[in-house]
Amino acid sequence: MYNKKLNLVLLGLALIAPFILYPVFLMKVLCFALFACAFNLLLGFAGLLSFGHAVFLGSGAYVTGYVMVTYGLTPELGILAGVVMSALIGLIYGKLAVRREGIYFAMVTLALAQLAFFFFLQSPFTGGEDGLQGIPRGNLFGLIDLTDNLTMYYFVLAVFIIGFLTIYRTVHSPFGQVMKAIRENEPRAISLGYKVNQYKLMAFVLSATLAGLAGSTKALVFQLASLTDVHWFMSGEVVLMTLLGGMGTIWGPVIGAATIVSMQNFLASGPLANYIHVLMGVVFVICVLAFRNGLVGELQKVIRKNSS
Amino acid sequence: MATFFDINLFALFGQLLIGLINGSFYALLALGLAIIFGLLKIINFSQGALYMLGAFAAWIALNYLGISYWWALILVPLAVGAFGIVIERTLIRPIANEDHLYSLLLTFGIALILQGLFTHWYGSSGLSYAMPEALKGGTRLPFMYLPNYRAWIIVFSLLVCACTWFMIEKTRLGAYLRAGTENAQLMQAFGINVPLLVTLTYGFGVGLAGLAGVLAAPIYTVSPDMGSNILIVVFAIVVIGGMGSIGGAIITGLAMGIVEGLTKYFYPEASNTVIFLVMVLVLLIKPAGLFGKEA
Repeated sequence: MYNKKLNLVLLGLALIAPFILYPVFLMKVLCFALFACAFNLLLGFAGLLSFGHAVFLGSGAYVTGYVMVTYGLTPELGILAGVVMSALIGLIYGKLAVRREGIYFAMVTLALAQLAFFFFLQSPFTGGEDGLQGIPRGNLFGLIDLTDNLTMYYFVLAVFIIGFLTIYRTVHSPFGQVMKAIRENEPRAISLGYKVNQYKLMAFVLSATLAGLAGSTKALVFQLASLTDVHWFMSGEVVLMTLLGGMGTIWGPVIGAATIVSMQNFLASGPLANYIHVLMGVVFVICVLAFRNGLVGELQKVIRKNSS
Repeated sequence: MATFFDINLFALFGQLLIGLINGSFYALLALGLAIIFGLLKIINFSQGALYMLGAFAAWIALNYLGISYWWALILVPLAVGAFGIVIERTLIRPIANEDHLYSLLLTFGIALILQGLFTHWYGSSGLSYAMPEALKGGTRLPFMYLPNYRAWIIVFSLLVCACTWFMIEKTRLGAYLRAGTENAQLMQAFGINVPLLVTLTYGFGVGLAGLAGVLAAPIYTVSPDMGSNILIVVFAIVVIGGMGSIGGAIITGLAMGIVEGLTKYFYPEASNTVIFLVMVLVLLIKPAGLFGKEA
């Protein structure tokens, strides 16, 4: 009951937010929040650290951008194309990556992402260093014009909610339980007869698909797909968002993404603009040393302590 | 020009030489990673940043302090190693008992800080380091022109790799290190100071990265992102070789440098990606890596 009320309040806040804050900023937060939630599905619930998740964000963005520019598709079809591509890449990369465990998994995903980075850098269709610019937002279902930022915001909010509910449902499903079992104790999950690698692969593909959804949507918001989206730095950024907000919590990545995006926005115009990377590194170090549960995780701890 | 079956031998040997040089750097960095991993069980994400730090330290030493290349070759690895020891004692040690994932993220954070600071101080365009006098010029061989400095890199880094291998595989200290890799707790019970060994190992592994940085300074541009680019390639190499064996890391590093050089000659478009493709192939055929023991 309490949670239902809280969710309604949050939804209400999200609906009036664009009248208080700049819609493009909010859309950026939502896209990165979805990206971080997708990443968290893999790291927080399946215990797999992918250090190359930018590739799914980026390929979603590039493919959506490309089909929108070249074929003039409607946005929902453009996003579908991007998402399908991310899912396919996720399937291939996932099949390779689940062959190794632990830190090797992180290294394999990072190296595979770098492979994709060079592909996007050298392919003629991506516009190289300039990226794909001037991607049209188009008319949703051929009916609703998305050029207006306010309309676009509600569309992005809808996409985010769909993605978020998918993750919520997955985590609380029997499949999600098996994922957590693998995270906690892989040998035991194997001994119980679960085909662990298949579960890992499914989690990987699902995470890649949703990261692609975030990327496709982001490409429409900013009307741009660029190498920044596939760079290893982006992969690091999403790890930081999830870590800061709280790994393995439902809301953590959303809070983490909002914090990091706000921090970047706030700093970009100030005297510390040159120190953004340094500060992100510092936040990383502080998170790891001082509060590994993240903002939401620590909050939950406090609440639990007070209620008991 | 010497051609043979339509192959330009001059260009081919040129690329092979560059490949061998890159391979030397790969070997040094992979070796450092493997040594650190062996005892600490962590992947040092800041290895690339410390390589960059080594190159910058050499540049600063030469241009601000007037310290020559030869002194830098000794002092910089020691300084970088000392820096590593401080990091190990103050930051890595406190979380040694947590999930190793955290130490990986910690070293990634340190890498971001270092790269960010140097970008802020020196810009991202890069600096050039003056070639030491004694190694200028080159030798004309029948099939190629061999610049002295390049020959020096290969000979010197191979020597360092060989010494490290000898030290780990054949000496008493190396035996401690290998024993610690197998079972640190048991070794502690035998009265060996494991925490000290861990610290020194980290310092040594990181010092190797600093040394590679000094070696790289005269031939590559000294720039803040030189470390991150090479590190990702070295990760792929570590996956290919598996981190189980010290010799394996060295051989894989060199071999991948040569593969990259050959690709640059035969199909230059793929030279950036060939090592990653080899990694994919190895994952398909022998997932544990060429020299790996674990499944």
